[in-house]
Amino acid sequence: MMKKIFMVFLVVIVALSFGTMAGAKTLKLAMDADPVSLDPHVQLSGGMLQYSHMVFDPLVRWTKDMKFEPRLATKWERVDDLTMRFYLRKGVKFHSGNSFTAKDVKWTVERLKVSQDFKGLFEPFVGVTIVDDYTVDIVTKKPYSLLLNMATYIFPMDSEFYTGTDANGQPKDAIVKIGPSFALMNESGTGRYRVTYREQGVKTIFDAFPEYWDTRSPGNVDKIILTPIKNDATRVAALLSGDVGFIMPVPPQDYDRINKSKNSKLVAMSGSRIITVQLNQNRRAEFKNRLVRQAIVYATNNEGIVKKIMKGTATVAGQQAPTGFAGYDPALVPRYDLKKAKALMKEAGYENGFECTMISPNNRYVNDEKIAEAFAGMLSKINIKVNLKTMPKAQYWDQFDAQVADIQLIGWHPDTEDSANYTEFLLMCPNKETGYGQYNSGNYCNPRVDELVLASQTETDLKKRSAMLQEVERILYDDAAYVPFHWQNLSWAGQKNVMLESIVNVMNFPYFGDLVIE
Amino acid sequence: MVAVCPLYYYQKEKNRRFMFAFVIRRVTQAVVVMLVISFIGFAIKHQIGDPVRDIVGVSVSVAEREALRDELGLNDPFIVQYVRFVKNAAHGDLGHSFFFKKPTLEVILSKAPATLELVFMSGLIIILVSIPIGIYAAINPKSLFSRLTMGVSIVGVSIPVFLTAILLIYIFSVELHWLPSYGRGETINLHGWESGILTLDGLRHLILPSIALSSIMLPLFIRLIRAEMMEVLETEYIKFAWAKGLSRRRVWLLHAFKNTLLPVITVGGVQLGILIAFTILTETVFQWQGMGFMFLEAVERSDTSLLVAYLIVVGVLFVVVNTLVDIVYGLVNPTVRITGRK
Repeated sequence: MMKKIFMVFLVVIVALSFGTMAGAKTLKLAMDADPVSLDPHVQLSGGMLQYSHMVFDPLVRWTKDMKFEPRLATKWERVDDLTMRFYLRKGVKFHSGNSFTAKDVKWTVERLKVSQDFKGLFEPFVGVTIVDDYTVDIVTKKPYSLLLNMATYIFPMDSEFYTGTDANGQPKDAIVKIGPSFALMNESGTGRYRVTYREQGVKTIFDAFPEYWDTRSPGNVDKIILTPIKNDATRVAALLSGDVGFIMPVPPQDYDRINKSKNSKLVAMSGSRIITVQLNQNRRAEFKNRLVRQAIVYATNNEGIVKKIMKGTATVAGQQAPTGFAGYDPALVPRYDLKKAKALMKEAGYENGFECTMISPNNRYVNDEKIAEAFAGMLSKINIKVNLKTMPKAQYWDQFDAQVADIQLIGWHPDTEDSANYTEFLLMCPNKETGYGQYNSGNYCNPRVDELVLASQTETDLKKRSAMLQEVERILYDDAAYVPFHWQNLSWAGQKNVMLESIVNVMNFPYFGDLVIE
Repeated sequence: MVAVCPLYYYQKEKNRRFMFAFVIRRVTQAVVVMLVISFIGFAIKHQIGDPVRDIVGVSVSVAEREALRDELGLNDPFIVQYVRFVKNAAHGDLGHSFFFKKPTLEVILSKAPATLELVFMSGLIIILVSIPIGIYAAINPKSLFSRLTMGVSIVGVSIPVFLTAILLIYIFSVELHWLPSYGRGETINLHGWESGILTLDGLRHLILPSIALSSIMLPLFIRLIRAEMMEVLETEYIKFAWAKGLSRRRVWLLHAFKNTLLPVITVGGVQLGILIAFTILTETVFQWQGMGFMFLEAVERSDTSLLVAYLIVVGVLFVVVNTLVDIVYGLVNPTVRITGRK
């Protein structure tokens, strides 16, 4: 009798396991926030771009080794200095059923140029000219070296779907940041997933689009249930207890725990978000002196911070952009040398040091408060007394802009995935009209640096461009224009059967469409 | 027939006038509370941060941000903004949430069921646990069980609620896999009220958060009931009841307990406010999509409209609860009504 029961039990178990192996794969995904809107042009942020990759497809996209792979554009060639021709993929359908053609690309780029967040990035673009239904020419005002980089931000939207007026009499294509809009709650893209349920801040369900064009993709996830879990500990607990299958980001204090756990795994990668500190030359005459700035850089123990505070989850930085980027120069490494720092201070005439103020956010970057405190401690060793004030990010940025302190902490990640972007915002001479140096609270201004960065924008020979940007980094390094700490690591974790290693990349845009769950 | 009992109808008329005055007083109180809270909320609005930063990306130019601020009316002087707010509030419009892009009242009301169910369940746990234990501890103060619960209750009140919450998650969810680690689970929509109580999955999700939330109040109520009960048991009329020969159950539960309830109800009304405040911490740990969680996110995002609206709603809630407490107190203790007459 027992044997019979056991056999039945076995059969049931086997049948159930077959049921779960074949058939629909569902991924339960937990991030720290969900998309603020279904309209990809409403906000330029990591979260919205991650969403765009799920529901839309770009013309081209970055591969893991920072090259471009064709997506909705199958081929591209330079027609002349100002024009790049893109051949579009045929037979692609939008979620609404409409077909993807050249007019959708033109419509999307026009909308990008109107969007508050994207218009700055697309300023060098004149627009799109339609050659035929499956060929477009993208035209720029001057020769633009980052055209392909920007093509990764062009996610063609269904122009027909978004044309007309909605139930409230508003145009369907309106980009509305602070109120309801059609595009806020409705989407039609070419991406692998369609949004079938949306409760903002609670749950968003993505179902696979049956007519998705990329049949060669290995991805086998048919449904993604995205729930935001803000609290770091709860997110990790949800993964460890099996309530979710994939989490991002992962708090560094839980790396060990996930590595040790039986059912989960951690994938970490060096990122491109640099954490730096700016020394305000206008507020503090001492910072105008190059020797003082250099002394501060020599007094900064990058290794120590990465080891003790970041627990190894960061990569020390001596320059702005990490390896793989155009301006990276392997010779520019961190240079901690306390003796040299003291000697430099003496040479500058500040052997007895001075007092100054510093501000830092406490909930924006990983361990930002602790890094600031450690840095203040390091400066005390060369007799610079730092009065540090930390605050939440909601209050920090206004104070940063008002330059209320002599030393201010800021992290930066380039939207263009390119070296020049760092300098454009952080170290070019502040100029209210052009917008350059918008976050240059150190007021560092070097005409040669500006000249090189502006030249790099129109230099289409990539080797020449690289040399220019490397020179920029070298000048900034020698001048000790700012103090670099490290690049924050990116991290993702999932259950053992979720093959996340192959879909994550240094831009932090996991390509969920290609995800395989075993 | 009316002429036969003039006193009866005279009393009823006095009752009606009393109730009317009572209600008017309470409504005025509510309005004053709302005005004061909204004024304070507005005053600190400027210190909370700039909501525009959260709405736009980092690389948006300063000019664009200023334009957005103008559009939102954030650059108008304080008094202008406040008056505009009060005028709208009188029509039932408490502003628009910057983040949710919906009227704040709509957002708050959609999140309210989650918090109310959590508070209700915690309240239930508190009542069901503290009353028996409190009565037992009062009757047998020297027993091992009583002393044990008194000791454990101190531990409960000293551990911060979010720590209790995380501990519960790690023990029951991560290690034992008995209960889910976050969220509300399956909910059923009853005419706009998203209820988690009616599904088994929803109830499973409700267990840990309710326990965490009740852990703050439980020790207080156990001790309160025990102390009050012990005092009541010493009174003359209880001694008289024993002398009359009434059954033990009748003495304890009918006479003694009813009189214990009075201070407990009053304290309970006030503590309800504290309970609502602690939902902010509990909901954050459990990703419980209620008003508390919404409030914390609004603070982080500087979603000032939502903040101010939440403060007003909670203020009104307090007034309502305290009014109910007063009414219930009057019902339970008839002497209040009679003395009130004078």
